[in-house]
Amino acid sequence: MYQYDQYDQQMVDTRVEEFRDQVKRRLAGDLTEDQFKPLRLMNGLYLQLHAYMLRVAIPYGTLNGKQMRMLGHIARKYDRDYGHFTTRQNIQYNWIKLEEAPDLLADLASVEMHAIQTSGNCIRNISSDQFAGATADEIADPRPWAELLRQWSSFHPEFSYLPRKFKFAVIASDTDRAAMRLHDIGIQLVHNEAGELGAKFFVGGGMGRTPMIAPEIRGFVPADELISYAEACLRVYNRYGRRDNKYKARIKILVHELGKEEYTRQVEEEFAHMKELGLNPPVEELARITEFFADPAYNKQASDGLDLSDPDFALWVDQNTAAHKQSGYAIATISLKPRGGIPGDASSAQIDLMADLAEQYSFDELRVTHSQNIVLPYVKKSDLYALWQKLDEAGLAPANLDLITDSIACPGLDYCSLANARSIPLAQKISERFADLGRQRELGELKLKISGCINACGHHHAGHIGILGVDRKGTENHQLLLGGSGAEDASLAKITGPGFTEDGVIDAIETVTDLYLEQREDGERFIDTYRRVGMEKFKEAIYG
Amino acid sequence: MNIITGNDLKTGDVIWWTGLDWSRFVKDATDVGDQGEAILHREEAARRVNAPYIIAAEQTDDGPRPGHIKDRVRALGPTVRPDLTLKPADPDAGEWVI
Ligand code: HEM
Ligand code: SF4
Repeated sequence: MYQYDQYDQQMVDTRVEEFRDQVKRRLAGDLTEDQFKPLRLMNGLYLQLHAYMLRVAIPYGTLNGKQMRMLGHIARKYDRDYGHFTTRQNIQYNWIKLEEAPDLLADLASVEMHAIQTSGNCIRNISSDQFAGATADEIADPRPWAELLRQWSSFHPEFSYLPRKFKFAVIASDTDRAAMRLHDIGIQLVHNEAGELGAKFFVGGGMGRTPMIAPEIRGFVPADELISYAEACLRVYNRYGRRDNKYKARIKILVHELGKEEYTRQVEEEFAHMKELGLNPPVEELARITEFFADPAYNKQASDGLDLSDPDFALWVDQNTAAHKQSGYAIATISLKPRGGIPGDASSAQIDLMADLAEQYSFDELRVTHSQNIVLPYVKKSDLYALWQKLDEAGLAPANLDLITDSIACPGLDYCSLANARSIPLAQKISERFADLGRQRELGELKLKISGCINACGHHHAGHIGILGVDRKGTENHQLLLGGSGAEDASLAKITGPGFTEDGVIDAIETVTDLYLEQREDGERFIDTYRRVGMEKFKEAIYG
Repeated sequence: MNIITGNDLKTGDVIWWTGLDWSRFVKDATDVGDQGEAILHREEAARRVNAPYIIAAEQTDDGPRPGHIKDRVRALGPTVRPDLTLKPADPDAGEWVI
């Protein structure tokens, strides 16, 4: 894992003290809220429905046991004993006191963490594949590149006031576990014909009120020019992105309005200019960063054998573990979606336990996933049973990864001031309705994603089944969407028709899944059947 | 009736204007009639409340009920965590919100 050098640490420490002073001035009346708001937002502190809300960055979703334990400590000391892991691999706390926020940030800084650039029109936390560095299907570890992008984008003066927020994702396999093409810039590491490492660039994706899948604008950028190319993409956006209308300010609108060809032409022109200036980061810096991401000290003799005689354990292994690049090891996903639970929420005790388990079984490393779960990336197969037993005792072993009850849900009207409707109760009721694991497994992979408003924090556009909360004359109403995907087969979901009440939308989902079971052909997932059969048939079944 | 709400500047708690002071309980909220704007400005300057605003509410036997569901969620707390609401002992408190 990357470790701060003295510059990283100094930047973060200085920011904490600056903020401490700003809070003091706000409380003393020397700053009005209008003056203070942009300052607190630069430090991730929002005002939400019930209190101040703090969003803490977890760079590319990677953290160690000590950092995880600090997240638990913060939940206990400064919040109400829990945190909410988000679709951008961050964590949010819902009940922060302004007067305590500086101490909280100082605690975070003591473990090389912060909340900088988790709000505002800047480059946000870089997201990545939660299986990075561990999965059998990647061509390289994307994290050194994500870290390079993090360093380049942190406090970048040219990109601190972009037309709108900006989100990157970096992956390195053909399987997309990071919704890469739904980011402002998606980068996939690839090899060219000569076997050299480089990056494929996708620009102009996003969710929100105008969802778009990012088109590929270049098939291969040499690895040592990746930062310059990203910079060229941003420069064109910074120059021409629309600042007059918040709803048209994202890069996706620019790419769409200019057309991919014209946008690309301008980027290439800028890129050629930058190459002349020689703005690539020094090769030594990438080498320095890469060393931090060396493989852990695997036991190369570790056995692949597993005793699956405990049927519950066998189910969990089948559903929640993934193939590792190192024989004798597995990637284990801890589902934060217990029956009837709140997707992505974890108590301080659970956070502490996951930190302990990472130290004990996963070379002190954890990952946060965009579907609001936690990953232990390096578990010896012979340790899986002991790990599972400890998780099970703490309610952390639902064997439902990628099944219908492993839903994504944004905070919705229970916490969010922009919401139209609640998201969490829907996730809970669906989790109850489909609680039977046999039934869930019969339905197979099914990505259910719920947002409380058009901003789409809950990725409803990218759900095989999506739910969008709308306001219908002051009451909550839910629209049903079908056919989206945030994976390598990215597609945008379509609205089925008129919206539903809470119970109504759950009934409709049951109708839809029943139809799938009736219509599916061999080996088809829900999304495959939907694509083959088409929306009309599903509509008929729902609306009669 | 018109009532005023905002968040406590220091703690972030949801608060309601009682006519004299701020309370965490919406039942204490008072009708400010057409005096809302003046009170807003005065109280904001006094630095106890953050981002105050005026809302329409209905007077009921249990006290004022905010007109918009968002403010009813604010008045109670998250419906999905009854233990963290202002009425932790009342499992049906969420019904009031909807
Ligand atoms: C509760 C406070 C939150 C507020 C006020 C908020 C606000 C917003 C807004 C305004 C947008 C739309 C941006 C646009 O279309 O230009 C957005 C998008 C998004 N937010 Fe949130 N959000 C909140 C919480 C969350 C949480 C908890 C998550 C993760 C679970 C999240 C993840 C995202 C994602 C993934 C998008 C869509 C990606 C994009 O196109 O930017 N947000 N959010
Ligand atoms: S989708 Fe809407 S309701 Fe949900 S968190 Fe985002 S802004 Fe809030």
